[in-house]
Amino acid sequence: MTFKLATRLLCAAAMSIVLAGGAQAEDKVVKIGVILPMSGSTASIGAHAKAALEVATDIINNAHPELDKLPLAKNAGLAGLGGAKVEIVIADNQGSPATGQNQALRLITEEKVVAILGAYQSGITLTSSAIAEKYGIPYLTPESVAANLTERGFKWFFRTTPIAPDFVRIYDEFLTDMKAAGAKTDTIALVHDNTEYGASVANTIATGFKAKGRTGVIDVAYAVNATDVQAQVLQLKEKKPDVVLMISYTSDAILFAKTMQSLDYKPPMLLADDAGYSDPSFIKAVGKLSQGVFNRSSWAVGPAGSPSAVIADMYKKKSGEEMEDTVGREMQGFFVLVDAIDRAGSTDPAKIQAALKATDIKPEQLIMGYKGVKFDEKGQNVLASAYIIQLQDGENYVSVWPKGNAEKAPVMSYKGW
Amino acid sequence: MSFVLVQVIVGGLLLGAVYALFSSGLTLVWGMMNIVNFAHGDFVMLGMYVAYVVYTLMGGGPIVGAPLAVLVLATLGVVVYFGLIRDIMKGPMLAQILGTFGLALLLRYSVFWWFGADFKSLPQNIVGGTYAVAGLRLEASRLLAGVVALLVTLGLHLLLTRTSLGSKMLAVAEDATAAQLMGIRPDTMQAIAWAIAAGATGLAGALIANFFYIVPTVGETLGIVAFVTVSLGGFGSVPGALVAGLLIGVIESLSGYLIGAVYKDIVVYILFLFFLWFRPQGLMGKM
Repeated sequence: MTFKLATRLLCAAAMSIVLAGGAQAEDKVVKIGVILPMSGSTASIGAHAKAALEVATDIINNAHPELDKLPLAKNAGLAGLGGAKVEIVIADNQGSPATGQNQALRLITEEKVVAILGAYQSGITLTSSAIAEKYGIPYLTPESVAANLTERGFKWFFRTTPIAPDFVRIYDEFLTDMKAAGAKTDTIALVHDNTEYGASVANTIATGFKAKGRTGVIDVAYAVNATDVQAQVLQLKEKKPDVVLMISYTSDAILFAKTMQSLDYKPPMLLADDAGYSDPSFIKAVGKLSQGVFNRSSWAVGPAGSPSAVIADMYKKKSGEEMEDTVGREMQGFFVLVDAIDRAGSTDPAKIQAALKATDIKPEQLIMGYKGVKFDEKGQNVLASAYIIQLQDGENYVSVWPKGNAEKAPVMSYKGW
Repeated sequence: MSFVLVQVIVGGLLLGAVYALFSSGLTLVWGMMNIVNFAHGDFVMLGMYVAYVVYTLMGGGPIVGAPLAVLVLATLGVVVYFGLIRDIMKGPMLAQILGTFGLALLLRYSVFWWFGADFKSLPQNIVGGTYAVAGLRLEASRLLAGVVALLVTLGLHLLLTRTSLGSKMLAVAEDATAAQLMGIRPDTMQAIAWAIAAGATGLAGALIANFFYIVPTVGETLGIVAFVTVSLGGFGSVPGALVAGLLIGVIESLSGYLIGAVYKDIVVYILFLFFLWFRPQGLMGKM
């Protein structure tokens, strides 16, 4: 009872401080809530994304004339709000949908953020965005790909990343080109976990492939954070698919790579759906066992001096890691959100929402390989797109498809180790 | 029987031996003092990081890493016993649960803070590659873990049943006051039990690190398996943990291969519940 009372008093005190402080700071600082996995099994992604957002905040808050093609970079702060600075408030989702939901509530009611960016795992974006919807706060997800997120009729939800139906198109075109170049692509095994991300992406790809006349699809599902995947690798070894498509987070991706080596299984073609395979710690851990794996990515370092090359440098200085697709999409989503706040010229949620709806960013204003950013009535970016990259030497991905964007020609057969 | 099925079963047995290896410490601590150590999975994790540090600093494999992990974890076991367990043992059950759970978080996030959240991995084939025996693929690192699991189980069993130290430890477990009257120091015996249990767990971690990824949260993934193994084998029974580990490993592999990997946990847990319904004390536990 006394504990409860003390908690309530503390809460009230905290709230009044936040409220009192909020009024003063309003015209100078724009607070944006960011929900990320900072602990739990995907914490490595959260740490990288945080570094990327800090670089992005630096670009927005300080003058960067060398990046003048990007909106917001040239001058310091947000011109539309009298030079206001942006501040990110990072909340840890702990890898749990329930925690993500609580964090969204805390960011909105206590931190008084004007918008939320989040939450990496699709399952957590699902729950946390529902809170933002209820409170009428704009929520942008730069990287969650489960199709159903934009199928809920939400008015405050926006997504910049390409999603599963885009993957179907990209993979289908890629496989068609590879077949023309001599690869066998008749049977395709979809190896995926049972999370919101794994299950929904696998389902969309399976249905999409069927609609495109690809009938030889084999489904290999497993429980996330597996202790052992020998049985699944043996299943694949026995069924001999032409293409194995991996839809996995980092932990399972590493385990699959190790197990494939120990059971001596090399599929003719290994294609990964981003996620774990883009995690730099995957490449460090088992890159040398995964030489020749294809991967989806919207990121490619452009020529020296291009905005993406400059940003890749800044990110490497900040985090010590190479820039890659996941953090790139994170940064891009953040830029789009802040650009909308800048154009809205206000921190009023309804005005930000209207500005997001009016977004029309051209490819040259982006750091990612999207064909632009323009939201449909569901909040999905209709111009999102991706390349295919390949880990040819086991250390660095190079873009290999489509031809117009390729640094190198794709190497057909999977080398492994 | 198809050939792949043999590989599946052999893989399951080796997996099960590993489960048994990292469960023996948990069952020992339970048997000795009725304490469920929720930090157990994180002890495994620490053993893995010791192996990782040994590799990155000295380039050493498990020959250096495993004994060092035993030493580090055994020391930690003693420290944890005197610093935490001795006091919370006197408290209610809830204090024990929260105490060891808090320890788990402390260990997990200390490692997190020091090493970061990135996944680490020892080089593949750090223990002599993979053998192809009559078409079967046997990974040396898993074979090593399996053999050590058998030795550790045998060693712990002999220690408890055949030595005077073991008798003293069991005496304390049965009735600490009576043991004290016989001139046995319960504190010393229990500290030794913690040292052995934590050391065995560290050994398990160092050996698993040879074929698994290393990350601060890996204890969550492995900890649950240890609890299931120990409760199926019978809390406190070291041979029980071995049999249960092997059983779970084979059932998981077979159901993962025959029915599908998403369902393998369902199969394991249904069989587990069904079994406990008839034999709540586990395979080899005492009532």
